[in-house]
Parts: sequence; structure tokens; C-alpha cells
Amino acid sequence: MKIYIPLDSIAVALGADDVAAEFAAVAPAMQIVRTGSRGMSWLEPLVEVERNGVRYGFGPIAVRDVVSLMAKNFMESDEHDLALGSMDSITWLKRQQRLIFARCGITDPLSLVDYKAHNGLAGLRKALAVAPDNIVDEVTTSGLRGRGGAGFPAGIKWKTVADQTAPQKYIVCNADEGDSGTFADRMILEGDPFLLIEGMIIAGLATGATQGFVYLRSEYPIAANIFSEALKIAYANNLLGDTILGSDKSFTIELFIGAGAYICGEESSLLNSLEGKRGEVRAKPPIPAIAGLFDQPTLVHNTISLCSVPVILAKGAPYYRDFGMGKSMGTMPFQIAGNVKHGGLVECAFGVTLRTLVEDFGGGTRSCRPLRAVQVGGPLGAYLPASMLDLPMDYETLAARGAGVGHGGVVVFDDTVNLAEQARYAFEFCAHESCGKCTPCRIGAVRGAETMEKIIAGEDVADNIDLVRDLCYTMEDGSLCAMGGMTPIPVRSALEHFAKDFGV
Amino acid sequence: MNSEAFQSIILPWVGKVGGVMTAMRAVQTAHKHIPPDAITCAAKLFNLSIAEVRGIVSFYDDFTNAAQGDIRVRVCQAEACQAVGSRELSRHAEQAMGLSFGETSADGQFSLEKVFCLGLCAAAPAMLINDVPHSRFDADRFDALLDKAIAK
Ligand SMILES: Cc1cc2nc3c(=O)[nH]c(=O)nc-3n(C[C@H](O)[C@H](O)[C@H](O)COP(=O)(O)O)c2cc1C
Ligand code: SF4
Ligand code: FES
Repeated sequence: MKIYIPLDSIAVALGADDVAAEFAAVAPAMQIVRTGSRGMSWLEPLVEVERNGVRYGFGPIAVRDVVSLMAKNFMESDEHDLALGSMDSITWLKRQQRLIFARCGITDPLSLVDYKAHNGLAGLRKALAVAPDNIVDEVTTSGLRGRGGAGFPAGIKWKTVADQTAPQKYIVCNADEGDSGTFADRMILEGDPFLLIEGMIIAGLATGATQGFVYLRSEYPIAANIFSEALKIAYANNLLGDTILGSDKSFTIELFIGAGAYICGEESSLLNSLEGKRGEVRAKPPIPAIAGLFDQPTLVHNTISLCSVPVILAKGAPYYRDFGMGKSMGTMPFQIAGNVKHGGLVECAFGVTLRTLVEDFGGGTRSCRPLRAVQVGGPLGAYLPASMLDLPMDYETLAARGAGVGHGGVVVFDDTVNLAEQARYAFEFCAHESCGKCTPCRIGAVRGAETMEKIIAGEDVADNIDLVRDLCYTMEDGSLCAMGGMTPIPVRSALEHFAKDFGV
Repeated sequence: MNSEAFQSIILPWVGKVGGVMTAMRAVQTAHKHIPPDAITCAAKLFNLSIAEVRGIVSFYDDFTNAAQGDIRVRVCQAEACQAVGSRELSRHAEQAMGLSFGETSADGQFSLEKVFCLGLCAAAPAMLINDVPHSRFDADRFDALLDKAIAK
């Protein structure tokens, strides 16, 4: 008898550990496999069983349901009220195109055997069999763009690092994932950590880097535990080390934990932090691909960018690029969050509309009140009104509307939201997280929050709005990095689409 | 405690990539704050100035001057949680614990801290009690979870 219970942070936050403990107490003979999450947060903890090779789900399961599940013989029958049927029949999952999250929620994240049995390492084996140039070409042809926010073409970065001659090159995975409304990095680290390891090794082979670092935020303790276990297993099984899969290639990965600074998600700040310094942003040039960690050529990529690589190698660039639209190729794990009924992880091809994400997948607001705004792409992303939900999610379409895909987070607000308050928060957040290196951001954010305070209090509203607009120009043009440079985006979009909240 | 007393915690990280950061994390975990003597000790072992180490410590929210409580309650303040009432819940947390954010109770039992996103945003609101995540809770459930943490 074998059941599957997620160990993912959301499942745990909703009681999965207690449910697992209850099963262990009530049915000691039962084998409990802890998996990642399928990404359907409203059904967590989601317990699965296998019958004739097909997985069946039950959820959301509370401790008190365990006895009744046993009584209704849930291993064999779907009689229980919380039965969801076969997992393959769930529309919410069927409608997705899971290339990156293909295994997440299905396999044991710490079983290399499971990983291989579910197509794991196919990309790495391909990469070991070809010349480094061919790997770079494959990534370039796939059209993969950075999933950390800026959407820069991965192939160009890979070629730049590959072209450098240096005593040491590095691969750095950015798992700082500070954007509110995003959790894809966390889910993959908890649910399929070998995928990131595979992606980083491939990046190393392609660019000539032999050392990798994963910079993980400290707010993710469960991800840290699972990933460090995965590293141990990888070293013990010749996946990492001096003879990768029996070849003469070597690659190492170390896990590094951040210390609670959002700005350390910015790549140059991250590199300073990884060097053990204050996380201050570095002026560019030089770019990290030429002089990054310890001034050596460094490929810095978001977790999801690196996790996209194995499937590109395994199935070929044309397969991958056929997903998506325009210059946004492949799939993106969108993350639906906030005031929404069915929040979770939806991986699909670019081009899906916000409406599909928020209404078809998300099921509308959790409060059942009218949806008023969505914030797309994290705290530096735009607030969009309900009338703009038909926008397709691709880099260029959103950019043309002053918005961005960012790391793929979509946060839903109902009609109780006050966008003037959200604009004030955008400045406050910037003031709290600013690295302090440049004046427009360090001082501007504080002045912005103060001025928004006055607007909210109804003081000289028109003049103060002019002041905020003026400040936005200064921050946008004068800031050294996108922290100060993009804080105007949520502020201006709130002003533009929700002027009424500002008292005009 | 003098500077030497921190040697055993800090020394293993000397020479490691980002070693100062990891050493400070180890000190913070062991002592619930960064005592001035730990800064002096780190400066000596890493061959940095005291000002440099102090600069590093002051930059990061995870490193604190004042001791954190035995039970750390970190409530998410970011947007996805705001969308489901975290502002009101945060006020409730302050009342229930008799603390403002950033404070530790006089007996050292609790501290209440702000955190910006825990990656639990699909089941917001969210918090950590020590390292255990909790999400989709209301005021009553907050009280119950806190009681449970105290009882442990
Ligand atoms: C304020 C700020 C915060 C950022 N936070 C993150 C982050 O948490 N994760 C991330 O991957 N990229 C983040 N970025 C983007 C990185 O600077 C960088 O572009 C990215 O890691 C490159 O990887 P990619 O090409 O795979 O996207 C941030 C940028 C800024 C300006
Ligand atoms: S914009 Fe802000 S975060 Fe970026 S370098 Fe300037 S002060 Fe630092
Ligand atoms: S915004 Fe609160 S958990 Fe992400």
C-alpha cells in the first residue's frame, strides 16, 4: 500500500505534515511517498493513490478525514466525498503544457531512480554527446529568454560566457524569487530539484564553467532542505563531481542562502552578496557574463530559465520553440495568486490571456466580489484593470502596455482594493529594499511614500499627483538599476487606470 | 561573551565563498542576534575591518542587533497577502501578541516580524512560525496556531 502526500511548502502550510503523521499512526503498514505539489493550492493537502498505474487524488485532506478515507477504502474506491477522480482527468491540469513541471507532484523529488524513469537526464546525456558550441546553438535556436524578469535572450548570454577565456567561469542560479505572487522557483526546488542540477550542468558544459552556485532566499527553509539533500545524492551518484555520468567532465554546485534582502535578486547585488559583501548593486558595464563572480565570466540565470534547458536539449529546440507566440517562445509557469479561488501554478505556452489565467484557471476572486485589478510581474509590475484581461501574456504585448511578464506572477485583487494605497506601498517597498547606492531610488522612494500619504489624506491632491509623476520620471531615468527604475510602473499604472482612488 | 568565544562558530566559514554571510547566519541562529563581539571576531578571522563586517550585518534584514524571541512569528506583508486582508490580520497579530512589528517580548519568548513574500501566495495570507509555514488563516486560526506553538 503506497500513498503520495506533497512535501511542498504550500501543502505543509495547509497541514500536509500532520496528515502524513496521522496516516502513519492509523495505518503503520502504509508506505508514504512525499512528492512535490501539482500546483493546485486549493486542493492541498492533496493525497494520491495508484491503481493499475493510474494516480487518483483526494483533497483537500484534513487530519480528521484520514479515518473516513480508510473506512471508505480509498486505496480501491472513489466513494469518499473528497475523491477527485483520476489525476489525468483533471481539466485544470489537462489544459496546461507542462514541460518544466512535467514531473512535479508525481515523482519523489529525492529519488534519482524516479527522475531517470520519468525522462530525467535525457538532456544531459545529449549535451555530453555533442560539442559545447552545439549546446549553445540549441539554446539560441530554442528562443529561450530569461525568466527572472528581464526576458533577455539566453543564447546571447551563453555565447558571451562561452567566448571568454578565463581561469574560472561560474554558473549562478538566481533562486532569490522575491516577487510577491511568485513561487515557481520554490516549487521546482522542492518538487524536482534534480532538474535544476541537470540544467546547471548543461550550462556548465556549454560555457566551460565548472563551478555552480544556487543563491536561495532564506524565506524558503523547506526548499533549502530538499535542495541540499538533492545535492548530496547528486554527488554520491556521479551526477556532480569530477566524472559526470562516467565522463571526464566535472561540475560542482553549492547552495548559498541569502539573508532577507529583495535587492539581492538583482544579479549584480546577488553576486556581491555571494562574495560575502553588502548586496549593493554594481554599475554596468562590465556585465556579469564578462566579469561576474570574483570578476570571472559568470552566467547568471533564473531557476526556471535553467530548468527549461534539459527539455530543450532532450526534445530539440524546434519542439520547444513551437510553443508560444511571436518572440515569446516556449512555456512559462504562470503563478496565480492573491484573491483568487483556484490559485496555483499554470505552465502553458506564451500567448495565454490574463482572462484565461484568472477566470478559467483561477475561477475568479476567492471573496466572490468583482475583480478590480491584477498586478502582473511582481512588486515592480503594473496594476491592470479588469478591462485589460484579454491581453495575451507575451513579452512584447505587455511591454507595449507599459507592463511586463516578469517572473510570471499574477496577483488578483477584488473591488475592495484601494490603488492609491497600493501605490504608496510600491514606494514603501522600494524604500525598504533600496540598496542605497543611488539617490533617485534611496531618497525618491521615501519622498514618494510621503507624498502618497498626503494624497491619500486629501492634501493638495492635484499638486501632489504632479509631484509623484515628476518623481517617477526622475526615478525611472536616474536610477542605477530596475529597483528604482521600475518602481514607477506600479505607481503610474495605478494612477492611469484607477485615478478615482487618488481622489481625482 | 568575548570575541574568542565566537571563534568556533565562525572559523569553519573562513575561506568559503560568501563565508562572512554564512558565518553571520550561524551566529544569528545560535544567539538570536549578532552580538558586537561576534563582529569583532569575524573581522579578525576574515581579515576585514570592523566597519566592513558591521556594514554587511546592517545591510541584511536577517541579521539583527536585538535578540529575536524563541518563537518568531513572521507575517507576510506583500501584495498577494494584502489582497486577502493581510493588513487587518497584521493588526490582529500585533494585538494578539501585544507587540509591534520588529519587537520582541520582554521575556524573550516572542518576536513579531515583517516578511515580504513566503512563496505561499496561491494560498495567502501566509506566515512562518519559526521555520514552519502556515497559510490561508484568519484571526481565529492565527490565535490557535500561536497557542499551539506556545504549548510545544
Ligand atoms: C530589484 C530586482 C530584483 C530582481 N529579483 C530577481 C529574482 O528574485 N530572481 C531572478 O531570477 N531575477 C531577478 N531579477 C533579475 C536579475 O537581475 C537578472 O536579470 C536575472 O537573474 C537573469 O536571469 P534570467 O536571464 O534567467 O532572467 C531582479 C532584478 C531587479 C532589478
Ligand atoms: S536603483 Fe535603488 S536598488 Fe538600484 S542601485 Fe539605485 S539605490 Fe540601489
Ligand atoms: S505575498 Fe504573501 S506569501 Fe507571497
